Parts: sequence; C-alpha cells; structure tokens
Amino acid sequence: MQTTSPSFPSNARQALADPDLQQALTKMKVGFVVNRANAVAKLPEFDTLRDEGRDIKNHVLSNLDTYLERFEAKVTENGGHVHWCRTADEARRTILDICRSVDAKTVTKGKSMIGEEIGINDFLEENGVTPVETDLGEYIIQLRKEPPSHIIAPAIHVPKEKVAESFFETHDQLDADRNLDEPRALVDEARSMLRQKYLDADVGITGANFLIAETGSTVIVTNEGNGDLTQTLPKIHIVTASLEKIVPTLEDASTILRLLARSATGQEFSSYTTFSTGPRRPEDADGPEQFHVVLLDNGRSALLGTEFQDILRCIRCGACMNHCPVYGAVGGHAYGWVYPGPMGAVLTPTLIGVDQAAHLPNASTFCGKCQQVCPMHIPLPKLMRHYRERAFERGLTPGTLRAGLKMWAFFARRPRLYQFFAGLKMRALAAAGRRRGRFKSLPLAGGWTRHRDMPAPQGATFQQQWDAAGGAR
Amino acid sequence: MTDSARARAQILGMIRKGKASQTPDGQSPDERIDAKRRGTIPARVDKDHAALVELFVDHATALSATVSRVDDESEIPGAVADYLAGENLPATLCAAPDPALQALPWDTRPALTVRYGRSDGADEVSLTPAFAAVAETGTLMLRSGPDHPTTLNFLPDTHVVVLRESQIVGPYEEAWDRLRAAGPIPRAVNFVSGPSRTADIEQTIQLGAHGPRRLHIVLVQDGEGESDGG
Ligand code: SF4
Repeated sequence: MQTTSPSFPSNARQALADPDLQQALTKMKVGFVVNRANAVAKLPEFDTLRDEGRDIKNHVLSNLDTYLERFEAKVTENGGHVHWCRTADEARRTILDICRSVDAKTVTKGKSMIGEEIGINDFLEENGVTPVETDLGEYIIQLRKEPPSHIIAPAIHVPKEKVAESFFETHDQLDADRNLDEPRALVDEARSMLRQKYLDADVGITGANFLIAETGSTVIVTNEGNGDLTQTLPKIHIVTASLEKIVPTLEDASTILRLLARSATGQEFSSYTTFSTGPRRPEDADGPEQFHVVLLDNGRSALLGTEFQDILRCIRCGACMNHCPVYGAVGGHAYGWVYPGPMGAVLTPTLIGVDQAAHLPNASTFCGKCQQVCPMHIPLPKLMRHYRERAFERGLTPGTLRAGLKMWAFFARRPRLYQFFAGLKMRALAAAGRRRGRFKSLPLAGGWTRHRDMPAPQGATFQQQWDAAGGAR
Repeated sequence: MTDSARARAQILGMIRKGKASQTPDGQSPDERIDAKRRGTIPARVDKDHAALVELFVDHATALSATVSRVDDESEIPGAVADYLAGENLPATLCAAPDPALQALPWDTRPALTVRYGRSDGADEVSLTPAFAAVAETGTLMLRSGPDHPTTLNFLPDTHVVVLRESQIVGPYEEAWDRLRAAGPIPRAVNFVSGPSRTADIEQTIQLGAHGPRRLHIVLVQDGEGESDGG
C-alpha cells in the first residue's frame, strides 16, 4: 500500500537538502510573515474581528443543516443546481457528467483546494476532458506534474529558472531564443498562452471561499483575475465547495473577508472578490448559461460534535503554515497530501485516516505560533495532540483499515501523483541511506525508526525502471 | 430515491447526528439571516463624506490604481482621452451600454472611438460605470446586468471606471445596503481593488496577471450634499 504521508520523515529529509526549496522558504518567512504583521497592525479591530469570525462559524456549524437547505433553496430559485456529494468519487462523477452533457473538450480551472482533494484533473484527463489550470501557480505545477506545496501559493517551491524550463518545453511554438529570465516575462507569457484557453473552454470550474445562505451566492477571492475569466466566459460554471464554507449573510462574509486577505498575503483586500448568484439572467450581456454547485462532504459531517469540529472553521488562509517552523523547514510536499502545515496536520488524518497520516500530528514543535496567528482561533496544537493520543490508543481497527484502502485508491487514481511521491521517497531514502545501506535513525522520525531498521532502497522505483527499460505504460 | 437525493439525505442525517451532541446557541438561522447584523466596522471609516472620498483615493492609489478627478460629468470624455494619450494607449474603447455613459458628450473628443457591448477579448481598453466604492480598502463595487457586461471588467488590458463621489461609502456593509435597495442581487458582484496581480513566481509582485494591467478611475464630483455621509 503506497502512501506518502507515512513517509513524512524521509520526505522531510529530502526537503531539508533541497537548496531551491530552502531559498523559497526563507523568502516566505520574510514575505508573508512581515506583510501579515503590517496588515494586522494597521487594523486595530483585528482581534475583535477574529472573535466575531469564530462565533459566526461556530453558529453555522451548529445549524449546518438549516443553512445548507436554505442555500440550496436560494441557488435553485436563482436557476442554479446544487449537487450533494458524500465522497470524492461522487464529486468527480458529478463533474464529469456535467462536462459530458455539453460534450466538453476543455475545462478551465480556477484555483481550488477541493479540486486537489478530489483529484479532478487526473480523472477528467482519463475521461477525455482536458483540464487547464489558470492560476499562474497552479499552471506551473500542472506543467511540472506536481501537487501544490502551499494552499495559497501552490508553486512557492519552484524557482524562476525552473518555471522558464517548463515554459520552453511546453510553449514550443514560440521563439526558442526568447528571454525568460525575469518573472515579468514569465507572467506575460502565461497570460498570452492562457487567453485563448479561457475563450475556448466549454466549462469553467472554480472553488469557493464562501457560500452565502441568504442569497445562494458563491464567493471567490483572487488576485490574478483568472477565476473570474474562468467562471464568466464558458457556457457552464461549476463551483466545487465543501459544505462548511457556508455563512449566513453578506455581512457575515464581509466580517470574515476582513480577516482573510490580511492573514493570507498581508493585503487589506485581494484584487478581486466576486459574488456569483446563479446563471446569467435573460437580459444579461454575458455570463454562464448554467450554474452548478458541487457540495462535498468527504468525511466532514462526521467531525461535527467531535473534538475535531473546530478545524471546520478553517478559511484556508495559510497563515498557520507561513508561521510554522516545521513547514518553514520542509515545505509542503513533505506532508504528502493536498493540505500541508498545521491545518493539514489536523485535516489530513481526518480525511485519509489516522493510520496513514500518523506522522503529521507529530510534525510540530508545539510552539503554538499557528494558533496565535489563526484568524479563526482554531486550537491547532490541541487538535494535533488529540490525534497523537488517538494514534497511540488505536491499533488498526476496521475503520482505519477502510481509511487506508481509501488512501490507496486515492493514489491509484492519480498515477502522476503516485509516481512523484514514490520517486521523491526513493530518492530521499537512497541518498540518505546509501552511505550505510541501512538507517538507524532519521530526523523527525524517532518514533518510527526506534524499533526497526529500515533497509535503504537502492535506486529507482519500479515504474522508473520500467520506463527506463522502454516499457509502455 | 435518486443517488443524489440519497446522498443529500445521508449528509443531512450525519449533520443532524453531530448536531445532537452540541448545545444550541439560541440564535435561529432565519432570524439571523433577516437581521443582517453587522460585525465590527473599522473605525477608520468613521469620517464625514469628504474625508471618505479622500480615504478612498488614498487606498486606491496605494493599490496601484490611478485616479483623475473631474468637476462635472461632461468632462469625463476628456479625462478618458487624456488618460489614454498619457499612457500611450489606443484611443479606442469598448464601453458598457449604460444609458448614462452613452449620454456623455463623446463628440467633444472626436479622436476617441467608442463601441458599446461585451468584450470578445480583442478590446484593449474598457470603460464601465461603478455601482459603489468602499473607502475602507479603496475597493470598487461593480455589478453585472444588461447594461453591465462582466467581461469588460476582466478581459481588456486597461480598465477605466467612472465613479461618482456620491457612490463612495465607508465600509462594505453600506455598499450591500445600497445594492439591496437597488433590487434583487445581480448575477455577479465584483469587488475590484487595484489591477490584477500575482506573486506566484518567487513571491515578487507583478501587475497584470490575467486581468487588467491598469485600473484607472475617473472620479466625478457630483455634489456630496446629496449623500447621507456614508
Ligand atoms: S487553520 Fe487557521 S491559520 Fe491555518 S489555514 Fe485555516 S484559518 Fe488559516
């Protein structure tokens, strides 16, 4: 059974030895952290707003059924559709069915963590629909066939030289001698390459930062404008959202919006915050003809009423990872699933099973910085400790076995992700262990290696050897 | 029961099961939605209207938007033409088919070519009216409608927005009140704060990622006396 969260220790070791990654992480520590501190200092009401944000979400979580029903009724009234999906698989199939209903060839995508969580890109591609990521960071990692390493800056680990490499390789119709040394040139090239894709796409898929029960609106917050082009130009707009994204009113969204950009990038407000309410109206000059909300549970409803409910207040701002010494040392890929950092250390075991992600709640110095900066007052260290206790107390129960199988299925459906992480793991372990051939200990892995020696893998994964030997896939 | 109906019932069932172990907070969702209660409004917007106008301009320019101010709406065509000439941009624009924009004396600047409608991606410059603007963060509020194509806000390289001083409010909540008073919520409400930007390559900020590279605001003085001060 191949997973990658279980190999957090070796992923981490590889990350520590990666100079590009280390440079990016150093920059992040001065960038995001200083910018957030400045933005917070300019808003004396910030702490009061945090309390209010927490209270709004707590109120919603204790009335989630009513708010979701109200939201659904409003979406329907506005001419849209809500699709309830229990699992990632149901969400993927729902999206594919909508794409097929208009015989879609290409789909543009705004940045969406739910899209990553359900693995929509690989699934669409396997079924003959080409997904095109339009957020610059997502576009870069799509070309590099990598998962994101940060929830708001997915390509934070990629230096500009590597971006240029991918662009030269992919945009091979352009002049091979063009200069792509500077970020400006790279941004301009991505802009011009993606222009036509927006206009050609049959379906646009975005995520949502909020769902508004009062109006049936979905909200996206972006800086690039790609999400708006994605949802305005195609015939169909599909919104993927997990069910805890709901807030009662436009006022409540405004309160939390005052926290979001400041916590994320240190901006007072992002360039574009868009409230979408149903498909285009009969007299409208433009906009999508169909509006679908794919509402994903994927294990979240089971957290209600448990000690883990607090994580459902998360607004995905990324502040906890920006301030985390462990994330700051190893980056996002080491965490081995879509959500890294402290919020990922809590959410990942919840979604893929505590046996698969048992290392993650340990990936903490318990310094408490994440909780200090979390705009929604989520007690992240406490939640990580709950998991440590659980992992310790529980052996393999039928429940965790099922979760493990789910994890295996997750990677089985994402051959690229599997190869990426399997390769990462092999390289890291091989590099670290070659000298001795055997590990006695790995950093951050005391609990793991204390009781067993791990043989060091030699060389490539089976699939890499198969490819190198000319094997067809 | 269809699959989707079964999924819906099961998800709601799970939620209700989880809810049973929580203590209700005593607020009914319906009442809460009807009350539209505001959270804390930052004290920075606690100002008279003239000061809010200045606050808006300060915030918008800090976000790399540019602002030109005119005393009367008859001066809008001149301000637009001068801005385009100053930036070395073509004197051709696609404007929202908004009656107030169409009624402007465009013939005073015959060198300008104005077309009305949605953008097809070929236009370099667009011109749209704002619905409101939020001084708190220098943010424009734009809304979709028959006279207000959303494509004009995102496709062209340069976006010029006409804003009247009386449309400037303090916090977002005032803008929502005005929108609700104007009828049902439109399909799209776009809050725009400065031009498009990205920091996805090595965390260096670049303007003009996918949306407009330039955002220019023509701010028209229209007698702040009619405003209620917020
Ligand atoms: S846990 Fe808190 S700090 Fe971390 S992403 Fe979520 S809201 Fe932001």
